[in-house]
Amino acid sequence: MTVPTIVPAQSFSMKIDGIDVSARAGQTILEVAQENGIEIPMLCYVEGLSNWGGCRLCLVEVVGQKKLFPACSTAASEDAQVVTNSERLQRYRRTILELIFSERNHVCAVCVSNGHCELQAMAQKLGMTHIHVPYRFPSHDVDSSHDRFRLDQNRCILCTRCVRVCAEIEGAATKGVSGRGIESLIINDLKEAWGDSQTCTSCSKCVHVCPTGALVEKGTAAAEMAKRRQFLPYLTVMRENTP
Amino acid sequence: MSANRKPKVATVWLDGCSGCHMSFLDIDERLVALSSLIDIVYSPVVDPKDFPTDVDVTLVEGAVSSEEDLHKIQVIRQRTKILISLGDCAVTGNVPAMRNSYEPAELLARAYVENAQSPDSRQPPTRGLPALRPKAQPVHELVKVDLYLPGCPPPADAIHFVVAELLAGRTPDPSQLTRFGR
Repeated sequence: MTVPTIVPAQSFSMKIDGIDVSARAGQTILEVAQENGIEIPMLCYVEGLSNWGGCRLCLVEVVGQKKLFPACSTAASEDAQVVTNSERLQRYRRTILELIFSERNHVCAVCVSNGHCELQAMAQKLGMTHIHVPYRFPSHDVDSSHDRFRLDQNRCILCTRCVRVCAEIEGAATKGVSGRGIESLIINDLKEAWGDSQTCTSCSKCVHVCPTGALVEKGTAAAEMAKRRQFLPYLTVMRENTP
Repeated sequence: MSANRKPKVATVWLDGCSGCHMSFLDIDERLVALSSLIDIVYSPVVDPKDFPTDVDVTLVEGAVSSEEDLHKIQVIRQRTKILISLGDCAVTGNVPAMRNSYEPAELLARAYVENAQSPDSRQPPTRGLPALRPKAQPVHELVKVDLYLPGCPPPADAIHFVVAELLAGRTPDPSQLTRFGR
């Protein structure tokens, strides 16, 4: 009779912001940082969903490497020395935020998510005082065809959290992305009215993972749309149990 | 700011709702203490009609939306040492900039033709109305701004903090007291 043995995951040490930390094979830099209480800014990452690496706020420096790496989708490696908060990174992160703010029509004062918005909070946290680039002021639609929810493209930052939670957790895959680059839009099914969707289960997960006021419950006035994120810690479990 | 005279402070109101000025007044009794330390030389709350020369600090509320706004802010910039964007309209364009997806002619038609109550007045006024610029813009897109004080409106404490810090000769960082949309 063979006795099952527990094989320890391969672990190694590395440095983050000068602190010696231990990491396990397969972990990302972001996961190791979080385990050690080191905060790295991010907007598209949600624990439990697949990595997107699109917002670029979690860019970090690796000593000896010229380019920057997104912490959420870069594997931790032995003896790597990671810097998460240099002057250069702070400047880049503020610039990324400014580009996000200038790309659509983010008007915090009249937004249902005012005071509950991760983009707004991030701007304050990272010290973004104003937007150096010209605003685009694009013309975007608001889809209010669903009975309970609303999709406002003006407030979308294309983090794709909604797309991922819909496909990976709910298994409905109603949400998608159409277009490319600056023309990208979050869509329902084949770019149809949300209210006509045959696949949407109205589960509201997309609304509650959305970091801004792009996906909201109808009937909310300015500053009333607090998202309910209690289920977020269970995303990993739900994902692993999805057949 | 020379030691032998009180610093001259101005406040102006471009394309905004006056909410930032209301918040300025909400400084309440601390205004009395402030008034012994500064001279408010130009503001909706004092008499002078022409913007003085040689102003130390100007707080600007509102976006730059009309040709008149642009002219005003250019004169103000020339005559001001420290120019502060006061509130979200000045800092980001905010609500006045929500018109920017439309042409000015469309806006005027909407306001003065489609929604006109009297059939006699169904045309935009041709006198006394400053020409709209194609877009309402944040102040810093047109003239140099020295300090940003966001908020809709910025809380009275944030405005007081900024003015008090400047009087003390320090560069204020109001980011802990206010934010966009506050």
